[in-house]
Amino acid sequence: MAESTTIRKQRRLPLTGQVKVAVGDVVAAEDVVAETALPGNVTTVNIAGELNINTEEVPRLMLKSEGDSVQAREPIAEHKALWGIFHAVSRSPMEGTVENISPVTGQVLIRGPAVPVELTAYIDGTVVEVLGDEGAVVECQGALVQGIIGIGGEAHGEVMIAVDHPAQPLTADLIAEDCRDKLIVGGAQVTLGALQQACEVRAAGVVVGAIDAAVLDDFLGETLGVAITGDENVGITLIITEGFGELPMAQGTFDLLTAHASEHASLNGATQIRAGVIRPEVIITYPSSAEVPPEPTIAELSVGSRVRLIREPYFGVLGTITALPEELQKIQTESLVRVVHVRSDDGNELTVPRANIELIQQ
Amino acid sequence: MAVWPTDQTMRADDINFILATDCGSTTTKAILIGRQDDEYRLQVRGEAPTTVEAPFEDVTVGVRNAIAEVAELSGRRLLDDDGQLIRPAQNGAGTDVYVSTSSAGGGLQVAVVGLVRRMTAESAQRAALGAGAIVMDVLALDDGRRPHERIERLRRLRPDMILISGGVDGGEERRVVEMAEVVAAAKPQPRLGSGFQLPVIYAGNVAARSRIAETVQDVTALTVVDNLRPTLEREDLAPARAEIQEEFLRHVMSQAPGYSKLMQWVDADIMPTPAAVGDIMQQIAADQGINIVGVDIGGATTDVFSVFEGVFNRTVSANLGMSYSITNVVAATGLDNVLRWIPGDIEAGDLENRIRNKMIRPTTVPQWLESLKLEQAIAREALRLAFEQHKQLATGLKGVQQERDIADAFQQTRAGEETLVDMMRLDLLVGSGGTLSHAPRRIQAAMMLIDGFAPEGVTRLAVDSIFMMPQLGVLAQVHPEAARQVFVRDCLVPLGTCLAPVGQGRAGNPCVAVTFTDTGERLEVAAGELRRIELPEDTTREVTIDPVRRYDVGAGRGRAVKTQVQGGAAGLIIDARGRPLELAAEPEQQRSAARQWAEAVELYPEVQ
Repeated sequence: MAESTTIRKQRRLPLTGQVKVAVGDVVAAEDVVAETALPGNVTTVNIAGELNINTEEVPRLMLKSEGDSVQAREPIAEHKALWGIFHAVSRSPMEGTVENISPVTGQVLIRGPAVPVELTAYIDGTVVEVLGDEGAVVECQGALVQGIIGIGGEAHGEVMIAVDHPAQPLTADLIAEDCRDKLIVGGAQVTLGALQQACEVRAAGVVVGAIDAAVLDDFLGETLGVAITGDENVGITLIITEGFGELPMAQGTFDLLTAHASEHASLNGATQIRAGVIRPEVIITYPSSAEVPPEPTIAELSVGSRVRLIREPYFGVLGTITALPEELQKIQTESLVRVVHVRSDDGNELTVPRANIELIQQ
Repeated sequence: MAVWPTDQTMRADDINFILATDCGSTTTKAILIGRQDDEYRLQVRGEAPTTVEAPFEDVTVGVRNAIAEVAELSGRRLLDDDGQLIRPAQNGAGTDVYVSTSSAGGGLQVAVVGLVRRMTAESAQRAALGAGAIVMDVLALDDGRRPHERIERLRRLRPDMILISGGVDGGEERRVVEMAEVVAAAKPQPRLGSGFQLPVIYAGNVAARSRIAETVQDVTALTVVDNLRPTLEREDLAPARAEIQEEFLRHVMSQAPGYSKLMQWVDADIMPTPAAVGDIMQQIAADQGINIVGVDIGGATTDVFSVFEGVFNRTVSANLGMSYSITNVVAATGLDNVLRWIPGDIEAGDLENRIRNKMIRPTTVPQWLESLKLEQAIAREALRLAFEQHKQLATGLKGVQQERDIADAFQQTRAGEETLVDMMRLDLLVGSGGTLSHAPRRIQAAMMLIDGFAPEGVTRLAVDSIFMMPQLGVLAQVHPEAARQVFVRDCLVPLGTCLAPVGQGRAGNPCVAVTFTDTGERLEVAAGELRRIELPEDTTREVTIDPVRRYDVGAGRGRAVKTQVQGGAAGLIIDARGRPLELAAEPEQQRSAARQWAEAVELYPEVQ
């Protein structure tokens, strides 16, 4: 989480195409920065089979050549035998272009019309680099909330706070028609009913602290086996900031989103927890005229640092580091690990492996 | 193939120091090997984060950092002031040889195209896996997809290369051309780099070569190698495997950030990490005349390797792993199958959330003993599932006409469907990966291997303590003796020996008696029991294993076997739970049995 940071987004087409912006251009999130045409879908027609002929006869009996346009149901090959008594015709199953006529397999490949693809800027910002004929890099100064896991792809919406405090669960009754196109901010947990209601009113997205594993499975209709997401088509983009179970949204995250209520946000649920980790995000661009808060200093692991414990038996506990012993220590599992001493916010002295804490940005 | 030595004047005898790195997706591991008294031994190991991705985008940054750590730990200067490797070793500095493997950037990703899924396509799959690749998908005429679906799938995959197989030599050409037309229509784009064509290797019917070339050469970079299935009865995977590795260097590595530089540094071609592991396992199996199964259980995937009677097989279970893929393991097997391995009671209510939290925060470690037990239970299921997948692919050739006798006629398996994996003939089972190598007690690693793989008869167990096999595999290309010596002396940590009679019996009834030749001591173990006998590392004892009538330990039912058992940190484990290993049906009985077994082998500490 950062109240203000420089955000750069690389916007790259899946294939080369045409870049519509230049370095220095100021763009809005919905502006198209590049476009291309993906090759159309293809289908094969088994001409030899349909006309009951040998494969090598197919080119001779074609009514169309490679490169010719065809309409759906238009004849593309014809076979007449016995002075026309037997007459068979093959038709194109779709509109498109004849791409290949194979005398080996007797099949003809029809490619449908190209599929136009438009790539938007995703964030409000300035173009700082053009990537040849593949895209551009857009930069902005903005507030950034990084989640831990998300569902669904890029979306945009106005930030709308639906709960009174970060420990309040997001339930269906808190979501009404006025949430349409909004990014709904909840608290500790989200119910299945709330997610369904958010889809019903066509909200842009939901951001909450935690979700129960069973609720997510029900919402997706399947078990999420690996944390590689972003392509789901579930009606909304969902961003979880803390983890699975019932956990309040971190106070800092909730305060930041509250401070930007009614402002336009870009969000993306795409997550990839592998090498080259991608976490879901909410970005709110500061207008160029706005007074921008200073960029945060990088949090360091030291006595006094604020931390969140991220593994049971203390999952979700917040506290402050009181000591960082150098020597390895044996924990209950008998593993020898480097540990950290933490005083939890409710006053307990805890010893945990260093791998099991997360620094909280001040 | 290997280009070493670049300095042709250097002989193996002149090599005193060897540096080897393995560039993984997250960590680059470096080892320094030195010669002492004509013996090559591991000296130190260092590691640093891999730097293939932004902001560095140069693999050599991480390699230099890992080497710098090795230099610091060994007190030996390895890099000069310009950050270049000092070579050859001189005046207490530098190294004579430098080699590397790589799985960074997602490893080598291959799409396989064949004719019949369980015949030529399966042979091609074996070739790609053996070359160290991740097989993204297998497209075949009988894969249940329509042509446009195959085209769409290929277009979306963006593999590093495509391997096309199909047809026996001189067989029908039309069908293999049909599959090549699918490839051409997809106009597939390579995953890394732009401005060059996707490598396609054709290893099918030789008669179709010119037609295949006409079909795909305009949209891909085609190379042609010998047919990997020249006849139904014969599989010849070596040319396809060699070409895959060649293309890996020529196209994939040269496009990955910093690799063109790294390729200049090494004294032998950079190998895909799993290919190097496969090579060292084959070499050890050949040297010692043994059958080996190896497993590397990682965060995202589990690799299984086997060498049986000289035949090598490798499989990758792409979504069976202990952190990134941990939820998938539980989804694939079911929570009940995981819980059956946990001794005693566990609070099941929040387990699903806890497992998912491990998935999204993969670097956390179990602090609670309960959490460790849960992770080790999940590991048993990941190993079991990965091994099931391995056995299905490590088979004889399908589609081969075989003479069948009357006994065969009653068997359900068809020709070639029998797995080559024969657990009774397995000599050595090797585990690696954090869950096994870093288990707090070695007996925990041994029991995860035993429960996951269910070895039969007499089987040695070991772990690769610091996962050195990749570096040793590539080293074997240039200095096989050094690789062999380090593998035997420093790489494997012997866990001990598992003795598991095959058969079933009523719990408590006699199962097997074990008599130690040196002391005459005789142990009787009842069916359903698990027994652990201290047997220190570097100890070998002769035993006579005498099973009761319904059990077999390798010589046939009820027949005694005299053999050597090797010691290790876990000792000799007599597993009389029966094979196949069948657990109780009721959860309460499962927990009770798991508790008894855990206590019998002192699996976990007592928690106050």
